[in-house]
Amino acid sequence: MTIADERKDLSHDEGGHEHDHGGPKGIYLWLTSTDHKVIGKSYMYTSLVFMLIAGAMAMIIRAQLTGPNNHLVSQQTYNELFTIHGSMMLYLFAGPFAFGGFANYILPLQIGAPDMAFPRLNALSYWLFLTGGVTMLSGFFTSGGAAAFGWVSYAPLSSYSNAPGAGPDLWIVAIVLTGFSGIFTAVNLITTAFYLRAPGLTMFRLPIFTWNMIVTGMLILIAFPILTAAMIMLYADRHFGAHFFTVSGGGSPVMWQNLFWFFGHPEVYILALPYFGIVTEVIPVFSRKPVFGYKGLVFATLSIGALSTGVWAHHMFTTGTVLLPFFSALSLLIAVPTGVKVFTWIATMWGGDIEFKTPMLFVVGFLVTFVMGGVTGVMLAAPPIDFAVHDTYFVVAHFHQVLAGTAVFGGFSGFFYWYPKLTGRMYREGLGKLQFWMAFVGFSLTFFPQYIIGLRGMPRRVPVYLVSDHVTFLNQLSTVGAFLTGASFVVWLINMLISWKRPVAAGDNPWDGHTLEWATSSPPPHHNFVTLPPIRSARPLWDANHPEHADYKSPGHGVEFRDEEVNK
Amino acid sequence: MKVEYRIYMGIGVFVLLITAVYFFWAKEYGGVTMLFGVAGLGIMPALYFGWWRKRMDPRPEDSETATIAESKGVIGAFPSNTIWPFVLGMGAFLSALSLVFGEWTLVIGGALLIFGAASVTLESRRGGVI
Amino acid sequence: MSSFKFVKERHRSIEGLALVGLALVLSSCSNAFGGYRGATTQGQSEASLYQGFMITGIVVAGITFLGLFYVLVKYRRRKGTNKIPKQRHSNLPVEVIYTVIPVLIVIGLFVFTVRSENKITQVSSNPNVSVDITAFQWGWRFTYSNGVSIVSQGANYPQLVLPSNETTKVTLVSQDVVHGFYVPAFNFSRYALPGVTNYFDLTPTTTGTYVGRCSALCGLYHGEMLFSVRVVTPSQFKSWLTQQKAA
Repeated sequence: MTIADERKDLSHDEGGHEHDHGGPKGIYLWLTSTDHKVIGKSYMYTSLVFMLIAGAMAMIIRAQLTGPNNHLVSQQTYNELFTIHGSMMLYLFAGPFAFGGFANYILPLQIGAPDMAFPRLNALSYWLFLTGGVTMLSGFFTSGGAAAFGWVSYAPLSSYSNAPGAGPDLWIVAIVLTGFSGIFTAVNLITTAFYLRAPGLTMFRLPIFTWNMIVTGMLILIAFPILTAAMIMLYADRHFGAHFFTVSGGGSPVMWQNLFWFFGHPEVYILALPYFGIVTEVIPVFSRKPVFGYKGLVFATLSIGALSTGVWAHHMFTTGTVLLPFFSALSLLIAVPTGVKVFTWIATMWGGDIEFKTPMLFVVGFLVTFVMGGVTGVMLAAPPIDFAVHDTYFVVAHFHQVLAGTAVFGGFSGFFYWYPKLTGRMYREGLGKLQFWMAFVGFSLTFFPQYIIGLRGMPRRVPVYLVSDHVTFLNQLSTVGAFLTGASFVVWLINMLISWKRPVAAGDNPWDGHTLEWATSSPPPHHNFVTLPPIRSARPLWDANHPEHADYKSPGHGVEFRDEEVNK
Repeated sequence: MKVEYRIYMGIGVFVLLITAVYFFWAKEYGGVTMLFGVAGLGIMPALYFGWWRKRMDPRPEDSETATIAESKGVIGAFPSNTIWPFVLGMGAFLSALSLVFGEWTLVIGGALLIFGAASVTLESRRGGVI
Repeated sequence: MSSFKFVKERHRSIEGLALVGLALVLSSCSNAFGGYRGATTQGQSEASLYQGFMITGIVVAGITFLGLFYVLVKYRRRKGTNKIPKQRHSNLPVEVIYTVIPVLIVIGLFVFTVRSENKITQVSSNPNVSVDITAFQWGWRFTYSNGVSIVSQGANYPQLVLPSNETTKVTLVSQDVVHGFYVPAFNFSRYALPGVTNYFDLTPTTTGTYVGRCSALCGLYHGEMLFSVRVVTPSQFKSWLTQQKAA
């Protein structure tokens, strides 16, 4: 029995296909499904809802900053808003959207697997993510308000005496729940990629997206346990009279920063690598070329993963307690593999036949914002420059261009790219392009002025500033940009609504895709594949559809099939 | 299995190297402890993969020329629908909330956790299909 | 001959561009690429490093963007064509070049970084003035070695007075949570940590009054935890200090 037959049998035996065999439907399907596609979609839509909520908070923050002494929200509310905005965007959107949503849905399809390795664990990790998100938001409904100590929750500001009430505890519980959800997903992703690949799909034929998800999973397994441990210590400090982070009891507040950033810096790459993977899928397809320098790209990803464990203290340059040259050197060094990635993307497009559909436009937006954020990131790796702009809007602009640039532009690139596969429907190209231009112009207008605001000395996390800072106009410009970006998401919602109400069938392979997820129907059946094309290179579907340009024709890039396989 | 082994070993050994440099240069033991732990997180799975690599038959997914038909047998049992992960999730959620709202949620949450964990295990023993 | 002329013309246009760029830089009022020139020797060292990074950044980003936009325009799909481009998988020399050049750039940047950072973090053993700075929620206390102490009171922001062209050694601690001593015009900030004492030197070069703030989130009134720094001549400083002592 072949895998393909097996899959057919399984789907018959269990009658699990959502429409065919009278299995559970609606809410009950959503509650009980262990299908990676249902869970992946749940993850994706849930995290996008969290993004819209956190984005709305950003709008309030920006509205508060339109004047030097606005009183739109109170100081306490302002602190709660940016804390939960940051926490939601990082813990509940950027990460889960990628490794819970895209990876869950796409990775098994890309490697020709029927499901994730641990389907029930997968479902559990979604429920932990959802309940974690609800927990975080519920802080706003407690009498003391939500956590207000920033997403980094520096001790001792996060101690019980400085941050009393249930809000901070809810925040801690939320992080622990989502942390476990991330750990479970990471275990699942790595096991799936290592053990459930289709025959012939060797590690060095994996799509780059899958590679990046493997490295992301490894980083999650390194980083999240430390975060969870730190949260438990923080909780023990708050309630059990422990003294991990209190000076009076012999603890060390700086230890919190070390623990947090030892999680926090790999976390940055946990958020970025999946989107790099998405971009590396989109560019070759819309350029009709293979990835340039595949192995170099894989090694760049692996070295980002390895180096990212040794750069944590570049967030602590101004504490005066860290070894500056060591962390400066590693932080500068990590720019090299990142740069290699950018050059690889450009080289992939070089000599191609680039079609500017919406996903590709978002990739261009990603490249522009990411290179800007990357260059300023290199500056921040130098301690003297960090002394000058640490905790100012310069840093805010930098990490928004890097993180939001990847998560929004990379994320929506992937969303539009795989939307036909997810739903079987096509989005409206015009609205997609409109959304891109609004998001891109708005995003740039928001964050370029913030570099100058930061250089002029406006710290982050302040609701008021001085007229003499000469940043009022720049802040207003930034706010206009933020609202334009916000409006672009309304265009996206309209697009989704139209495509839902007036569906246009997309077909199984609308983009002439290269990888296995396009070899099945849209949306894929339960257990994913009825037949698989023979796998002889990193682009099995391209080989099957374009035999005259197949990868195995280039030396060292696969093996030619035997005739009987092609005819099968 | 070879590549999987090498990835983990590579990262483990690299971090060990960084640990050594950091140890002699910074002489700060918090960071050394964390880095050493990370090196372990790389080397531990590497040893597991390395151990299996020597003992398992070559897999079709590691072969450059395997055909789709080469993968024989049951890949695994994949239950299509089961309520227990949801029950477990709610159990974990309510148990965790007891850290904020007091022990009473732990009673419900803990009960759900035990019930859910037992049911998931029994479900697997019955053959995985519900 | 003609090629010579061409080169010369191009040279001129580059000069023109450079002039425009220079004008832009100068017009942004005593700033360099939007940053402060630095009112201390340490800050000036940062400013020159920042300039170096900025120029490198502009060059690197410029080349990257040029490449990107060249590719996007040159290789866009024209209407009505449907050709499959050459399937190029790799080109080892190109890959080596785009890996090695960033490594070299980064090494260069690192060397300059370490030099500048050593200058900035150097603490002199015999400073002209010593100040103890204590940060608390939400204010500052500046205590000079002769006992003069200036504290925030209500909405009055405290003022730190420093002599110009003399080295002041600052001892920075926090009384409660993490604060940040940040003077934008000095291009310098340092966290005030509970349980950790930080030392750094300030050698102001330009007299004037500068705004200072708390850079690390420290609770409800973080945004209003301001202070000012007034740099005066050494003789003015001396008379100010004795005056304060008497009062």
